[in-house]
Amino acid sequence: MQHFLTTESLSKDQLTNILDTAESFTNVDGGTVKKVPLLRGKTIINLFFEASTRTRTTFELAAKRLSADVLNMNISSSATVKGESLLDTLRNLEAMHVDMFIIRHQDSGAAEFLSRHISPHISVINAGDGRHAHPTQAMLDMYTIRKIKGEFKNLKVAIVGDLLHSRVARSQIHALRTLGAKEIRVIAPRTLLPARIESLGVKAFHNIETGLKNVDVIVMLRLQKERMQGALLPSEHEYFHLFGLTKERVALAAKGAIVMHPGPINRGVEISSEVADSSQSVILKQVSYSIAVRMAIMAMLAGNQS
Amino acid sequence: MRIEINNAHIVDPANNVNKIANLYIHNKLIAAVGDKPTDWQADTVIDAKGSYVFPGLVDIATRLREPGQEHKATIASETYAAVSGGITSVVCLPDTEPVINSPAEVELIQQRTNATGHCHVYVIGALTSQLKGSMLSEMAALKEAGVVGVSNVLHPVANNLVLRRTMEYASSQDLTLFYYPIDHSLAANGCIHEGLSATRMGLTGIPTAAETAAVGSCLALIEQTGVRVHFCRLSTQRAIQMLERARFDGAPISADVSTHQLFLSDMDIADFDGNYHVLPPLRDRSDVAGLRLKLASEIIVSLCSDHQPHERDAKLAPFASTEPGISALETLLPLALQLVKDEVASLVDIISLLTYKPAQLLSINAGSLSPGQAADLCIYDPTIEWQLTTESMHSSGKNTPFLHKTFKGKVTDTFVNGKLVFQNNS
Repeated sequence: MQHFLTTESLSKDQLTNILDTAESFTNVDGGTVKKVPLLRGKTIINLFFEASTRTRTTFELAAKRLSADVLNMNISSSATVKGESLLDTLRNLEAMHVDMFIIRHQDSGAAEFLSRHISPHISVINAGDGRHAHPTQAMLDMYTIRKIKGEFKNLKVAIVGDLLHSRVARSQIHALRTLGAKEIRVIAPRTLLPARIESLGVKAFHNIETGLKNVDVIVMLRLQKERMQGALLPSEHEYFHLFGLTKERVALAAKGAIVMHPGPINRGVEISSEVADSSQSVILKQVSYSIAVRMAIMAMLAGNQS
Repeated sequence: MRIEINNAHIVDPANNVNKIANLYIHNKLIAAVGDKPTDWQADTVIDAKGSYVFPGLVDIATRLREPGQEHKATIASETYAAVSGGITSVVCLPDTEPVINSPAEVELIQQRTNATGHCHVYVIGALTSQLKGSMLSEMAALKEAGVVGVSNVLHPVANNLVLRRTMEYASSQDLTLFYYPIDHSLAANGCIHEGLSATRMGLTGIPTAAETAAVGSCLALIEQTGVRVHFCRLSTQRAIQMLERARFDGAPISADVSTHQLFLSDMDIADFDGNYHVLPPLRDRSDVAGLRLKLASEIIVSLCSDHQPHERDAKLAPFASTEPGISALETLLPLALQLVKDEVASLVDIISLLTYKPAQLLSINAGSLSPGQAADLCIYDPTIEWQLTTESMHSSGKNTPFLHKTFKGKVTDTFVNGKLVFQNNS
């Protein structure tokens, strides 16, 4: 593996290997090891064309714990405004002897595009491209699920919300299928489901009560406020009424079901505060595990560099 | 100058010719096919045994990029690419910079063609002023300047009322309307067929209904007004069925398809390769099969290249940000003849769609080998194997998903007005 762009093409062994490596960066108490010298002397650039707090900071922390030098660049505010092309921006940065790029971009396929036009010794990690993929988020979600629920083969997982625009959901679906989850459900109104979603190997539900029945894992997706424009939804109020995750709805799931969310959450829009702060919610665990998982992916790519 | 082409298999559907015979060119014109004219003394004799002779191809959709987009291509480069592929008449579209909006732009293209072109160039003018979709263009002036039709190309027409007015006005100027059936509100900012690949890659889809809804509204207006319309670049099986049905009911309509729609589907779009980004998008596999099935039906009168050459940078971006279109002049004939091998249609049917049928649609004097006709033709050797590479391409645009594909059969000689304008040296 030279780049980490999507979970789609990876084998079960490769995914499991990432989860096991992440485990080795974790302490007994579930925290991350403080510092290891694996990436000493390497330069990593966090190249974010879209705003992000959580993903960028956890990547930064992960890189620092591997002893790499990290540079953060928020491009949305500088070069592209001046009309510089994506490729030119990259070439300029490449000239600074970088070993790894972590890229977030608003266009689907951006990370893949850059990986094809970059010098062969540089690795690219996709930190989210358009609606296509967010593979490190999916892997930290898989890590969280495995940590708490164990084996995948008996698990029923429901993903609820705006799947049309969600790169997280696409990456989760590929990873869950490869890791052998028993059943994957998607729950949303038709306006928020992409065409022929069943072809990805999921069952679609338009009713949350039916969809959540007996599931072991509930993954909530963030609802962007802009979705009211473009006639996808009438109002946040109606969305919460139909698809918001409440205590009563969680109770329809299997006993001991966990509630996940890639963040940032909209309280009262897709999830009630009561559920978000409940003992079944593992939302904050996802954040803390994300460092170990991102360390694992970076270390594995660096290990494959010549 | 008298040229004699001997022993070739001549396919000239307009004259019902499909046989091995000799062909005689005198100065700019076809003198005879078959029997030698009286008092014939050839200056040049070409032995074309084992080769075919086709009338020069007529391509109804060719972006030449001049004026205004010379960084992509020029009349000189693209007309040479055309003749290298056996095409002797091309039709350029009004979405240039400036738009082909008045006689001035038409004359400019004619002048540049006379100075630098290698084949006949015809022009389709703007349907609405500056292609902005709200006001009529000066169609009578465009007609006088020599345009063969009017179109708004891929630019939206504001609403059905404006579309109706343009249809009626074009009809009263006796101009054919070349209509691109796209409902732009449904297509929105999509870049790929709304289907499996769009969902998998997270790209915004263009639904089938973007085409069928536009076809449906336009058919309603045709029924209302009786105006003749040509539907351009069909991509869906369902739209062809609708048009076939309407034609059966008497609607004065025709349609065309581009070659890439008969070979590629959305499932071929691998790794976000921008060379597969086209408008209308590559559709479902069932659409490819459906289009192939209807190719020989009466409604289809042209198989065209939909040639859109781009500079390298136009495709160097993530998929949705690339410019749509394929550089397709040099694959028009090879792909069309592949359809014969695939038993989609007969050789005569395919050559008809490439020659006299589009010429009839445009009301131009081309596409046949009738005596007295301009000697526009190509010699095609079916045995030559070759590979499409950026080096072998003559077009300035190297943007094609068929790059590195191997073809069997190649144009070896192309004549325009009796003059040898291309000869294959490889």
